Amino acid sequence: MTMAVTKLRVEEKLYQNRYLVDPGRPHIKVRPHERPSANLLALTHICPAKCYELNDKGQVETTSDGCMECGTCRVLCEASGEIVWNYPRGGFGVLFKFG
Amino acid sequence: MIEQEFDAIVVGAGMSGNAAAYTMASQGLTVLQLERGEYPGSKNVQGAIMYADMLEQIIPDFRDDAPLERHLVEQRFWVMDDTSHTGMQYRSDDFNEAKPNRYTIIRAQFDKWFSRKVRQAGATVLCETTVTELVRSASGKVIGVRTDRAGGPIYADVVVLAEGVNGLLGTRAGLRKMPKPESVALAVKEMHFLPDEVIEQRFGLQGDEGCVIEAAGTISRSMAGLAFLYTNKESISLGIGCLVSDFAQTMESPYVLLDNFKNHPSIRPLIAGSEVKEYSAHLIPEGGYKAIPQLFGDGWVAVGDAAQLNNAIHREGSNLAMTSGRIAGEAIIEIKGRNQPMIRRNLALYKTMLDKSFVVKDLMKYKDMPALIHTNSRNFFMTYPQLMSQAAQNFMRVDGTPKIEKEKATTAAFIRARSRWGLISDVIRLALAWR
Ligand SMILES: Cc1cc2nc3c(=O)[nH]c(=O)nc-3n(C[C@H](O)[C@H](O)[C@H](O)COP(=O)(O)OP(=O)(O)OC[C@H]3O[C@@H](n4cnc5c(N)ncnc54)[C@H](O)[C@@H]3O)c2cc1C
Ligand code: SF4
Repeated sequence: MTMAVTKLRVEEKLYQNRYLVDPGRPHIKVRPHERPSANLLALTHICPAKCYELNDKGQVETTSDGCMECGTCRVLCEASGEIVWNYPRGGFGVLFKFG
Repeated sequence: MIEQEFDAIVVGAGMSGNAAAYTMASQGLTVLQLERGEYPGSKNVQGAIMYADMLEQIIPDFRDDAPLERHLVEQRFWVMDDTSHTGMQYRSDDFNEAKPNRYTIIRAQFDKWFSRKVRQAGATVLCETTVTELVRSASGKVIGVRTDRAGGPIYADVVVLAEGVNGLLGTRAGLRKMPKPESVALAVKEMHFLPDEVIEQRFGLQGDEGCVIEAAGTISRSMAGLAFLYTNKESISLGIGCLVSDFAQTMESPYVLLDNFKNHPSIRPLIAGSEVKEYSAHLIPEGGYKAIPQLFGDGWVAVGDAAQLNNAIHREGSNLAMTSGRIAGEAIIEIKGRNQPMIRRNLALYKTMLDKSFVVKDLMKYKDMPALIHTNSRNFFMTYPQLMSQAAQNFMRVDGTPKIEKEKATTAAFIRARSRWGLISDVIRLALAWR
């Protein structure tokens, strides 16, 4: 219901943006886990590009293609080791036309 | 592979990095600036209001060719609840001066312009280059950087960390801690395009005049947050930001807040019919004075957002970035002029100079504000906005209720919501933090 509508809205928003995706080199990875922590779970709602999603086993997965490199997930989940976060290689990733 | 050894390497080509690189290169230092974006600005997000005074101190004649959108003649402050806003507004023809004080800008365009100036001043600027690591000597002094380009390390006497709010290099090198979730805000923003005449009509503007709105209230759903709407020449920038810690706790989605803001009855007519061309997200340092990390060490200094130099109360960041970048550049020039090494003891000059500037003085003034707002966000961003709206409506609606009863009802509503003591203590604490 509302989830699907919201998701559509984010995808529509991201569609306006320019990206240069570095194929096969995702710059963010989620460490394998049994149960996500509260912060990791929160990312499925608060990542502004909706890069984090729950799979049917209740674990959090990420696809960083639409990532805007804001760093929110890093601030919340890097220290605990739940995610590994890097900038994309130079020139890759989001390319703001206006910013 | 770059064989040359530089006087300074600047990491990042945002506001602070450009100010530092320009300052040093124009005084004859050999400067290498590295930027991970395809072009300077391609990773950067700002509202964006740019403060002329701080740029003038670096490039006095910037008005001749900088890409400026509108100069501001009007500012509105809105406290919003779900259906209304209570506002204060200041507009003055005095702002139509020969050298206006504040302009709206579009960062991707502005940063490209600033970068051209940096190159003209003699710096070498390399884009599409992510700095991956700081190189240190056996004694721990920063002596250069490693990048994701082929080739070995690049060496310099000093590295200026102008890498922005995330400060990956500084954190990984152990020079500073990662920003805490309660001292950074996540902001999302959209660019809405409209013909210039339409913008001028809707906001009552002529020519290059501009208007900005800063808004707070129930739009942030009781999180500590602010929304904004700024007029550019042919577009409107609007967005909303709240503390990351509040997002994590409430699990609100930033894009939902943004859409609610856009659909608010006070905002919707202002952007009606616009074409959205970009959606962006970025962090803003909001921890204030108490969140400022170590600013210098052996072979390095940190400037701008990388040093968390941001005044969230006044929504100023780019000017603190430009000023700290300039001052770091001047300190480095001075140390070099004395033929002294770029070690911690000497680079302390940067901090001494920065402490004397408005940058640190302003942040010091509001040092207790971030904590107060954070611990009281429900009252400041939910309860009070609702009460203000009720009070204003009570005052304006003419329905035969005697005025004395209306006043009593308003007072009672405030006390019911927050208690007499709660109200008094909020006022006192706010006054103390503002002082
Ligand atoms: C939504 C929003 C609205 C804002 N509104 C205003 C406003 O109206 N007025 C105002 O004054 N301020 C505003 N700010 C704050 C302002 O944008 C920042 O304070 C300012 O951009 C800081 O400049 P900086 O140079 O320190 O960092 P940035 O502009 O972020 O620049 C950092 C640069 O470093 C590069 N970089 C980072 N890491 C590396 C690396 N490892 N290798 C190579 N390059 C790297 C980045 O790509 C980037 O170009 C706003 C911020 C946001 C997010
Ligand atoms: S950096 Fe920001 S946009 Fe990218 S995945 Fe993390 S939270 Fe989402």
